[in-house]
Amino acid sequence: MPLLWLRISVLFYAVGLLYALAAVSRPCNWLTKYVVRILSYGMLLHFVSLAETAVATGHFSLTVMSIHESESFLAFMILAFFMIVYLKYRTTSPGIFVFPLVFLLTFASALAQQPLVFTSGLMRSGWIGVHVALIFTGYAALLLSFAASMLYIVQEKSLKSKQVSSGVLSRLPALQVIDDIGYKSLLLGFPFMTLGLIAGSVVAQANFGPTYFRDPKVVLSLLMWAVYMILLYTRWSSGWRGRRAAYLATFAFLVAIGAWAANYFSTMHRFVTQ
Amino acid sequence: MNLQLIGINHRSAPVEVRERFAIPEKKLPEALQSLVQYPGVQEGLIISTCNRVEVLAGLKNGDADLRGFLRDYFHLDPAEFNQHLYEFREQEAVQHLFRVACSLDSMVVGEPQILGQLKEAYAVARAVGAVQSSLDALLTRSFAIAKKIRTETAIASSAVSVASVAVDLAKKIFGDLKGKNVYLVGAGKMSELAARHLLANGAASIFVANRTYDRALSLASKFNGRALRFEQLYETADQADIIITSTGAPVAIFRKEHGERFMARRRNRPMFFIDIAVPRDVDTAMNDVDGVFVYDIDDLQQVVASHLSDRKKEAAKAEDIVKIEVERFAQRMQTLDVVPTILSLQEYLEDIRQAEIDRYRSRLGQVSSEQEAAIDAMTRAMINKIMHTPIVALKSAAKDPESTTVIDVIRKLFNLQEKAKGNSATDGGQN
Repeated sequence: MPLLWLRISVLFYAVGLLYALAAVSRPCNWLTKYVVRILSYGMLLHFVSLAETAVATGHFSLTVMSIHESESFLAFMILAFFMIVYLKYRTTSPGIFVFPLVFLLTFASALAQQPLVFTSGLMRSGWIGVHVALIFTGYAALLLSFAASMLYIVQEKSLKSKQVSSGVLSRLPALQVIDDIGYKSLLLGFPFMTLGLIAGSVVAQANFGPTYFRDPKVVLSLLMWAVYMILLYTRWSSGWRGRRAAYLATFAFLVAIGAWAANYFSTMHRFVTQ
Repeated sequence: MNLQLIGINHRSAPVEVRERFAIPEKKLPEALQSLVQYPGVQEGLIISTCNRVEVLAGLKNGDADLRGFLRDYFHLDPAEFNQHLYEFREQEAVQHLFRVACSLDSMVVGEPQILGQLKEAYAVARAVGAVQSSLDALLTRSFAIAKKIRTETAIASSAVSVASVAVDLAKKIFGDLKGKNVYLVGAGKMSELAARHLLANGAASIFVANRTYDRALSLASKFNGRALRFEQLYETADQADIIITSTGAPVAIFRKEHGERFMARRRNRPMFFIDIAVPRDVDTAMNDVDGVFVYDIDDLQQVVASHLSDRKKEAAKAEDIVKIEVERFAQRMQTLDVVPTILSLQEYLEDIRQAEIDRYRSRLGQVSSEQEAAIDAMTRAMINKIMHTPIVALKSAAKDPESTTVIDVIRKLFNLQEKAKGNSATDGGQN
């Protein structure tokens, strides 16, 4: 059943993808009007799917542990973060970047066959669940911040070029609003990311000892955290925004993708016996 | 309905002519009264703005000499102005009024003032009793259509003046203008206007710097702002989010290095330069500084021009809506016209009366001419008494533009559909 709910929610998320594609070519009025509502229906089903998996496996940690299920969970967290931003700023523009990613993650997850079998005893630890949930919230915040940076560049370019913008450009939020979205997302996500990493190292320390630092995923995660930190620092000290901040945010985002993909090379984060 | 409209506007006449026809607000009630007392005129409305004077009259029947009214009221010879005056009747008058209300006839198409002015004119005319049922229906309809066009087309959605474009751009940069500081460098009509617009949209405070300090002082006091000496310009400019420059300086006073310094001091918060001066006060290279946005007068005017051409496209859509609405209004008026219904009602009952008298004549046998007359009088009186209430109801229904039901009901009750052919046709269109 959880897979069915997930697959239906993928259909809802496809509307978000459509919105993002349409926004690039020409904005579509009704889509902008209903996209948030449609996506929230999708989220509801998605939530049901997550909850059912959790009940079926009997433990939250297990829900987020296989690659496919963690994709589904990450997509959910990203969308939840987007919704928070939407409620505060009433703009769907970050969706241009967020919706396709949410769709892809959920789609990949929904393609999965049956839940994978976990063997590692590590999975039973509640700390892992906390670790993953916190880190994913951090990922979601980072993605929103990245989306905002991209929108900032687009809007800045359009204002500087002095061309009368039409279509999607004329609908972007004001430069300072976009900036605010990016900054607040960073600010909100950073504590989650930090606590998530701490939770992770507590578990790793207990299970692997100091060798865990040599794991590629751990290295990349720490790098991501450092870039995150630099982003915030430059913002506080000299108010970096616009192009320079966007480059940094892009870098942070790439590192985050790397950290995410590192599961395939990590011995420690590979929890499934094959 | 009998409608006639005579007018003069910015397209038909230059201001020297228009001003001779203008009626000041105070004199409007009096002018309306003399209009409705003019022979042939039943109801009246006068709109007098700087761009137009329009006299709209609902006529008793036939024609009214509105040119004559103008001649009498203004004591001038309309023949002199014949080429400037335009006159419309019936449907054309309706269309003209709708177009005026929707700002399609305005100098700047889509400007919002005219609707307000029309509403005021309507209020004055109502207050003096110059507007009654038929003009009332027409005007209420025109307000509704103006609103409809405003929401259904983008005719009024974009800024079409330099000052409002500047405000739009500022909003695109800063979002909310609340708490934003505006710096006027140099004094001038245009920069003053832009500053006024920004303040009206929430900008917090104004600084003024000018080569002559006294001028800065007087301008600052106008806006409740702060005058600064020109020598302080570079130390204080970074406090402003929006800088409007309009000095007569022969070379640029703000250059790229200034911008970089401002941005460092502002910790990269964005800055918006509105350069109205010619020659320009802000160097072109300034636009390359991250977070600094420079628009000179040409840039602003380009935006205005493109918005104006957008409006033209929207105006075509609006014209189509007006055409449909004029058609609809005419149909509605026809339905509201109760005379045909009353006539067919009378005809119907008279037919019954005649038929019944003929039917009973044989049974009555020989009747004297006196008795014959009595029968005739009695039946006629009965019918008149029966008809009295429906006719009163019809007449009062005609005065209420929103109610067509009474007419419908009476037509149905007496089966008048076929007889009132003209009406039933329009009925079909309505329902």
